Amino acid sequence: MATATFRIWRGDANGGEFHDYTAEVAEGMVVLDAVHDIQRTQAPDLACRWNCKAGKCGSCSAEVNGMPKLMCMTRLSELPLEKPVTIEPMKAFSTLKDLVTDVSWNFSVKKTIKPFKPRPPDAADGTWRMQQEDIDRVQEFRKCIECFLCQDVCHVLRDHQMHERFIGPRFLIHVAALEMHPLDTEDRIEELRNKQGIGYCNITKCCTKVCPENIEITDNGIIPLKERVVDDFYDPFGWIWRWLKKKSNS
Amino acid sequence: MPEYETFEHDVLVIGAGGAGLRAAIEASAAGVRVGLVCKSLLGKAHTVMAEGGIAAALANVDERDNWKVHFADTMRGGQYVNQWRMAELHAKEAPDRVRELEAWGAVFDRTKDGRILQRHFGGHKYPRLAHVGDRTGLEMIRTLQDHGVHQGIDVYMEHTVLSLLKDGDRVVGAFGYERERGRFKIFRAKAVVLATGGIGRAYKITSNSWEYTGDGHTLAYNAGADLIDMEFIQFHPTGMVWPPSVMGILVTEGVRGEGGILTNKEGRRFMFDAIPGNYRAQTADNEEEGWRYCQGAKDARRPPELLTRDHVSRCIVHEIKEGRGSPHGGVFLDISWIKQKLPNAAEHIKRKLPSMYHQFKQLADIDITEQPMEVGPTTHYIMGGVHVDPDTQMSRVPGLFAAGECAAGINGANRLGGNSLSDLLVFGKRAGEFAAKFAKENSLGKIDDGRIESVAREALAPFERRDDENPYQMQKDLQDTMQDLVGIVRNESEMREALEKIDDLKKRAERAAVTGNREYNPGWHTALDLKNLLTVSGAITLAALERKESRGAQFRDDYPDKNEQFAKVNTMIAKATDGSMQVRLEPLPEMPDHLKRVIEENR
Repeated sequence: MATATFRIWRGDANGGEFHDYTAEVAEGMVVLDAVHDIQRTQAPDLACRWNCKAGKCGSCSAEVNGMPKLMCMTRLSELPLEKPVTIEPMKAFSTLKDLVTDVSWNFSVKKTIKPFKPRPPDAADGTWRMQQEDIDRVQEFRKCIECFLCQDVCHVLRDHQMHERFIGPRFLIHVAALEMHPLDTEDRIEELRNKQGIGYCNITKCCTKVCPENIEITDNGIIPLKERVVDDFYDPFGWIWRWLKKKSNS
Repeated sequence: MPEYETFEHDVLVIGAGGAGLRAAIEASAAGVRVGLVCKSLLGKAHTVMAEGGIAAALANVDERDNWKVHFADTMRGGQYVNQWRMAELHAKEAPDRVRELEAWGAVFDRTKDGRILQRHFGGHKYPRLAHVGDRTGLEMIRTLQDHGVHQGIDVYMEHTVLSLLKDGDRVVGAFGYERERGRFKIFRAKAVVLATGGIGRAYKITSNSWEYTGDGHTLAYNAGADLIDMEFIQFHPTGMVWPPSVMGILVTEGVRGEGGILTNKEGRRFMFDAIPGNYRAQTADNEEEGWRYCQGAKDARRPPELLTRDHVSRCIVHEIKEGRGSPHGGVFLDISWIKQKLPNAAEHIKRKLPSMYHQFKQLADIDITEQPMEVGPTTHYIMGGVHVDPDTQMSRVPGLFAAGECAAGINGANRLGGNSLSDLLVFGKRAGEFAAKFAKENSLGKIDDGRIESVAREALAPFERRDDENPYQMQKDLQDTMQDLVGIVRNESEMREALEKIDDLKKRAERAAVTGNREYNPGWHTALDLKNLLTVSGAITLAALERKESRGAQFRDDYPDKNEQFAKVNTMIAKATDGSMQVRLEPLPEMPDHLKRVIEENR
């Protein structure tokens, strides 16, 4: 049976280094299989997250040969095995151990986004009516498996570490799914501009490229949100409208 | 005793899949302080893998549907050993639980008039599954998660519970560790809800992830609760069989709901060859009728591919054993054939089954719009679990509740597809509600330091050992044993052999050794989870031996027929005072006449 070398980053928040492991390569194997094999036979304490092993839960995110990937969906047959396959943790987040990163920031960001607030039900039995074509876009965004690969690759987070001022593509898509939900009545535009930092995104589309669910994050989500921000804040009529609304509320 | 970090809640929920989240939301809404402990990150639990849909008699697509039909379907699917009261509550309350998800932001596929669309599924008479393409579980868990995080619930991600804590008879908390640093923690609570899911990792071929090690089953058993129906394991008929690394990954029943057919290597639709008597009146007798059913024709009956999962799995095993299987040891599941019937079939398949398309394309180089898939049975679900009161979900241990897959009773001998997601919601809500009520009526109990010390000592022992028992290898040996000896086809002698092997593995597990330190150490976690797997494996085997008949998911070639005597009983597993595992038969609760009539009317 053929073998390959896997160069896996081992360490913790204080630092670490790459270790080389040799594993057998069988037909159809994915990177996660190799990691499991190495765990079972050579490095039982090698830390990695995984659950579904079918691209549905978004747990096993890592950087394979420098590319943000789900390890469970990356076939070894797609990689050049004549040289070592490097596997390292996501770089936009601090490392806990080996391939496991501290993604808790993502969970705290979500808490700060205003939740879904539906209009009153359309029918007497408390249900709503929505047409399929009106929810296609929202369903696209709701395919997100929260693997955070888009956050990992976003230069605002990865290179500039602006986690305090920018919520990242995952949560812009979350806001987009709420804002474009036909039943939702909440307004999240002001926070998008002032707290969530949508202006920092300069549409390089790196997030879209790495999305394992093929969500058109930039074109279908972030750009329309940017347009809403512009409409609200830079359109003079919008400005007057908000001013009047604020006045009537006070 | 060292000082362990201690947290106090009114209700502690263990497990954050559909049932755990729903329980936590309900308890929190009742105004009590809720802690939610989960082994993985929030939103990654097995619910996320559910594909086909949530069964609820909304009657949006077929107005003939109602709770009575759903109840009768569930009982028939379970071969009438279900706890009737759970099946009744489930059928009555599922529609409200689905509508509630919509109010919390879930976006289900729509009918033409804008309501929640429902699809056909095995064993359900009418199209009943509310769904979102083939990623319904993701929609459900994300909706609950996004709603839940605004309810003031304290979430402890990547924490594992090792033992429940008791004060006298009552459960008063839990003791466990966090993965990140490996530190122990004490959770004090007035009520505890178990929502830990299943046991799939006891088998080699499974659709379940590393988490499904029977934790809740074992915690409850060790705390004195009964386990019911443990012999009934659902082997889902369609798991991937090739390539080897993806063996067991689920292929949704939705493929068959959309018209997919099962064929053997001769191209024959073998499911037409063995339609069981109690389903014959409801099953199509020709291919055209089956197709029309999938297209929504109300005068058509279901194709035999949509018979219950236990039956379809056995038929597939039979074909393979007779040498009529596919090249990699499965059978063929073909959805691409519908291009003979539909224009734009490829687009239709991609829209209805996007993640299946994706999964096969990426993992097996198969384009399901052009080629058949190869599939075979995979361990998917356990019908058995913690025996609970049907209304409150409390076990016989005061203060200990259970919901979802780790609880049992609603499904009897076989679960219908789609009934799991609705079970999680209906009984998750009930568990949360009654746990909150119990918490309000009780105070925090006393924590037994001695117990904590002994659990901690035992948990750390693998670090001290220099033996060579590798926990990964022992897990694999157990999986081989259960797969080979307590699988789809069972008999007395093989199961006796399995019990001996399990005993042997228990002794080996006492010598489990791990390397490295306590920080995020999967070898250590595997060693700890192994004990739970061994406990549930023993329970499954004992219960399966006790039920000397074939019914639903249990097929015994030494007792190949149903036996009336066993139609009236459930198996119960409990821990005896001497610590040994005991099995007994308990009569089914008597069903009231009005429900018997409902079943008769829906024969």
